Amino acid sequence: MSLIIKDLHASIGERQILKGLNFEMKPGKVQAIMGPNGSGKSTLSKVIAGHPDYTVTAGEILLNGENILEMEPDARARAGIFMAFQYPSEIPGVTIANFLRAAVQARLPEGELIDAVEFYETLYAKMDMLEMKREFTTRFVNEGFSGGEKKRNEILQMAMLEPKFAILDETDSGLDIDALRIVSQGVNKLKGPHMGVLVITHYQRLLNYIVPDEVHVLMNGRIVQSGGKELALELEAKGYDWIKEDSLVAA
Amino acid sequence: MSQTATPDIDIDRSVGDFHYDTSYEFDAGVGLSSKTVDYICDVKGDPQWIRDFRQKALKIFESKPMPTHWATEDLENIIFKNIRYYLSKGQVPKRTWEEVPEDVKRTFERLGIPEAERKFLSGVEAQFDSEAAYSNIKAIVAEQGVIFVGSTEGLHKHPEIFKKWFGKVIPTTDNKFSALNSAVFSGGSFIYIPPGVKVKHPLQAYFRINAQNFGQFERTLIIADEGAEVTYMEGCTAPKFETATLHSAVVELVALKGAKIQYITVQNWSSNVFNLVTKRGLAMEDAEIKWIDCNIGSRLTMKYPGVILKGRKARGEVISIAMANSGQHQDTGAKMYHLADDTTSNIVAKSIGIGSGRSTYRGMVHIPKHLKGCKNNTECDALLINTNSRTDTYPAIQVRGNKNSVQHEASVSKVSADQIFYMQQRGMTEAQAMSLSVNGFVNDLVRQFPLEYSVELKRLIDMEMEGSVG
Repeated sequence: MSLIIKDLHASIGERQILKGLNFEMKPGKVQAIMGPNGSGKSTLSKVIAGHPDYTVTAGEILLNGENILEMEPDARARAGIFMAFQYPSEIPGVTIANFLRAAVQARLPEGELIDAVEFYETLYAKMDMLEMKREFTTRFVNEGFSGGEKKRNEILQMAMLEPKFAILDETDSGLDIDALRIVSQGVNKLKGPHMGVLVITHYQRLLNYIVPDEVHVLMNGRIVQSGGKELALELEAKGYDWIKEDSLVAA
Repeated sequence: MSQTATPDIDIDRSVGDFHYDTSYEFDAGVGLSSKTVDYICDVKGDPQWIRDFRQKALKIFESKPMPTHWATEDLENIIFKNIRYYLSKGQVPKRTWEEVPEDVKRTFERLGIPEAERKFLSGVEAQFDSEAAYSNIKAIVAEQGVIFVGSTEGLHKHPEIFKKWFGKVIPTTDNKFSALNSAVFSGGSFIYIPPGVKVKHPLQAYFRINAQNFGQFERTLIIADEGAEVTYMEGCTAPKFETATLHSAVVELVALKGAKIQYITVQNWSSNVFNLVTKRGLAMEDAEIKWIDCNIGSRLTMKYPGVILKGRKARGEVISIAMANSGQHQDTGAKMYHLADDTTSNIVAKSIGIGSGRSTYRGMVHIPKHLKGCKNNTECDALLINTNSRTDTYPAIQVRGNKNSVQHEASVSKVSADQIFYMQQRGMTEAQAMSLSVNGFVNDLVRQFPLEYSVELKRLIDMEMEGSVG
C-alpha cells in the first residue's frame, strides 16, 4: 500500500502553484505538511482528490503503483483516498445517514444492495466510538452546522468509509479549542496500521493533539524541509522565514 | 412539414421504453374531422347527447387559437392532421388478466401493474392506447358500493351520476385542449364513492401509449359523495418514437360535503410526448382535494391542477414536482379559486432543471373581495443543475379585501460544482451525486407519498440523472 507523488506540477488557471513536488504517504504513519499561506497546501490535497479546477501539468500520483491522475474523483475515493474538507459543502434535504448510505452503496459491486441493518449497526458503532449522538444522523449534511460539527461530520465519514489514505485539509480552521480536541480525539482513535494520515495545516497547534511521525514544510510549491515532530515546534517559534532563507541557499 | 422535430436526447427510460407490435380492430385513421368523431361515437355506442357534446366540442377546438401568446411556441409543432385519434382492440375491458390479449398483458406485466395490484391496490384500470384493456376492483371495495369503471362504461351504466357532473368542473370551452379532449375522449376512469365510504387502499389507473403518431385522450371523473374518502393514483409511460405523440387528458374531481380526494400522478413520458392535461377539482363545504403531481419526462408538459373551493372551509392543495431534462419543458403549476369564506389552499411546487431543460411555474390564486377568513400559502422552489437551465415563475395571486391572508415564497438554488465534488470525493459518481441532491431537494414532499410511489419516484430520478451525465 503506497501513495507516491512524483515531480508534481499543478496550476489553477494561469497560475502555477505546485512546482515539482515529491512526497510519499506512508501507511500507519501520521505525516504533517505545514506551510505559509499560498504555499500550495490546499492545492496539494485538492489535486490528490481530483478537483476539476486544477490542472496537472507534469508529474504523477501513484496509488499502489497506478497513476490516479486519469481517474475521476469518485474512482479515486473508492480506491481508498479520503479528504476531510476545509469547507465541506451543505447538501440540503439529505440526512447524514442517507448521505453515508449512498457513499457506502457506491462502493458495492453493481446490482448489490446495501444491507440496511448492517449499515446502521456499523454507523452506530462508529458514532459510539466517536462519542457522537445518534440524532446527528438525522440532520441534513452540514446545513446550519457549527464549524466543529462540520469537522466532526468529516471525521464520521472517514470512520465509515475506512480509507487507506486520509488527508485532513486545514481541519483546525474555524475550530475553538474544545472542538479541536474532540476532532483530534476522533482522528487518534481511527489512525492505525491500516491507514496513512496526512495532516495539512498552517498552525502547529493541531499537532499538539494529533502528534505526527513526520513534519514536512511546503513552500513555493515544493517540499523544502522534512523532520520529526519537533520541526513543527521550531516553525511555531521561529516562523517560516528562516526556512525560506535556508531553502534559497540550498537551491 | 409533416414530421415534427424531436430533440436530440436519449435518456434511458428502460422501464417504459419498449414496444410490442400489435394490431388494432378499431382505428379512426389519421387526422381529425367530424367523421373522426362520428367513428368514435359509433364504435363506442355513445348516446346522442354525447355525440352532440363531442361535435360541439370539435367546433370549439377548431375555433380556439393555440395559446402561444402566453405559452411556448413549441405547441405549433403539434400537427393535428398527422395524429391518430382512436385505436383499440375492443371496447370492453377484461376483468381478469388471463382474458387480456397476450401482447397487451405482456406490456403491463413488464410495467409491474398486476404485481402492484396484488400488493397494495384496491382496484386497477390499465389503459392501452384508447381503451382500457383491464379493469378490476377488489370485491370488498365493490361491496361497499364503490364504482370504478372506464368512462364509457360509466356513461352507459351510471348515466344519472355521470351526466350530473360530466363537463361541469372543466367546461369544454376551458381551453383548446380540454375542447379537443371533449371531442375525442376515450378511456380514463369513472369513480363514485358512496356517502361515508372510506376506500382504504388506493385505486390506480395506468395509461400506456403504445402506438406512434397517436393521441391519448382519457377522461376521468371522480365523485366522492358526502364524507367519502379515496386516493387515486395514475402512472403513465410511452415508448420513445421518432415522431411526436400527444397526451391530452381531462380530469374532473368532485368532493361533496366533508369528502376527501387525493389524486397522485407519477408520469414518466418519453421525450417525444406533448403532455397537455387539464385537471381540476370542485370542493364543497369542508371537503378536501389534494393533487400530488410528479412530472418527469415528456417533451412539453403543460398542466396546472386546480381546486375550486366552493363550500365554506373547503381545502385545496397542490404538491408538484417537475423535472425538466435537456430538450424538455415542464410548464406546470396550480390554480386555486376561493369562492367561499374560510377556505384554505396550499401550493408547494418544486422544479428541477437539468442541462438545457426548462421549467416554468404558473400559479393562479384567486380570492375575491367579499370573502373573509381565506388563506393561501404558495411556495415555489427551483433547483438548477448545470448553468444553462432556465426557470421562470409566474405566481399570479389576486387577493382582494383585507380579511384574507396570503403567503408567498420562492427560491432558486443551484447544485454547485463544489457540492458535486464533495459527494464524488465520498465515492459517488457524478450521476449519483446529482441524484442525491435532487432527492434531497424534493425530500420533504416525497415523504407525503405512499411508500410505493416514493420508491418509484426515486428510481425515476436516478434513471433521469444516469441519462443526463455524458
